[in-house]
Amino acid sequence: MFHDRSPIYLQIAEGIKNDVLSGALEEDSQVMSTNQYAAFYRINPATAAKGFAQLVDEGVLYKRRGIGMFVSPDARARLLAERRERFFAEVVAPMLDEAKRIGIGVDEIVKHLGEK
Amino acid sequence: MSIEIRGLTVRYGGTVAVDNVDLDLESGKIYGLLGRNGSGKTSLLSAIASYRKPYAGVVRIDGAEAFENPRVARRTCFIRDTLDLSDSDRLRAALDLAARLRPTWDGAYAAHLIEVFDLDPRKRVSALSRGQRSAFGVVLGLAARTPLTILDESYLGMDAVARTLFYRELLADYLEHPRTIILSTHLIEEVADLFERVVIMDRGRVIVHDETDALRGRGVTVTGPFAAVTDFVAGHPILGEQTLGDVRAVTLDGRFGPDEIARGEAAGLSFGPIGIQDLFVHLTSQPLEASR
Repeated sequence: MFHDRSPIYLQIAEGIKNDVLSGALEEDSQVMSTNQYAAFYRINPATAAKGFAQLVDEGVLYKRRGIGMFVSPDARARLLAERRERFFAEVVAPMLDEAKRIGIGVDEIVKHLGEK
Repeated sequence: MSIEIRGLTVRYGGTVAVDNVDLDLESGKIYGLLGRNGSGKTSLLSAIASYRKPYAGVVRIDGAEAFENPRVARRTCFIRDTLDLSDSDRLRAALDLAARLRPTWDGAYAAHLIEVFDLDPRKRVSALSRGQRSAFGVVLGLAARTPLTILDESYLGMDAVARTLFYRELLADYLEHPRTIILSTHLIEEVADLFERVVIMDRGRVIVHDETDALRGRGVTVTGPFAAVTDFVAGHPILGEQTLGDVRAVTLDGRFGPDEIARGEAAGLSFGPIGIQDLFVHLTSQPLEASR
């Protein structure tokens, strides 16, 4: 489930963000409690709580006192904007660097993509 | 219960098993105590549980000195290898005794655990296999529900299925009844997710005390051309290294920021995180001089 090479709370936050992006978690829907999450994934509840707290800080989740945590109404749009920005910086830019290194021009890439 | 350890030394004749340890453990968390065989884990736990008088220093539990303090003793459960039972005892009798001694004992939960681990309460301790003996220790430890529960290598001889049941029951019961739990182990990988914090001992001393999550990705391996690697890692604590021809791979205790990694990658280096188990192996296999 989780790997051992980065903090689990970050992996939890990333997993929930992916669920929000894919629509598996709808806006304003309730997410699992930290104890439910800890029991389900067999992790320490403090670790789960830290992952959820991170998402509250980032505005992806919000708390309703005494009830639980919910997906923020604008979470999906905000995550999409963030990921789109990252896509060009982290996916497209390194690809262009590599293309330049081995002599593939932008035209050739565009042509290739056009055939897809 | 919170634990405050100051200047704790445990000796066996001329052998120093615990060497001037200071350690604070907060109430209501699950701690993992890691260390190689002979690193002092059991001696430290014995002193925390007041099974052994410190040679020097003090253990305070909720502010009160623990040694020969009956109030602390009633609220502490220490499960060790021997189970502190005699071989001729029947499990049923051991359970009845625990129920009388422990105000917090939950008989129904004990019965549930006996069923989970498929133990026969009519049997004598001497008739148990190594794994069943460990499982019975887990029953005594968890059903006691003491505010301080210490389990010393309680998985010995358990097969993979029994260990999974043990970890599952431990977490489920902790979620229902939060308490301070210390679990010593060297099977790090399979239980690390349950620990909120980890304490690592080496040669009688505590060398790491940190959030478990902070140890994930704390170590990093830097690989690349010999000169570039040597240049990049200068000034960082090195845990291990390998060289093959002109390629050098160095494992460091530390983390680099995105800028440093970008600079390294531009110089032809590659970076790989290491897991908790590898970090533990590196930290506890250092020569004495380097770790002092």
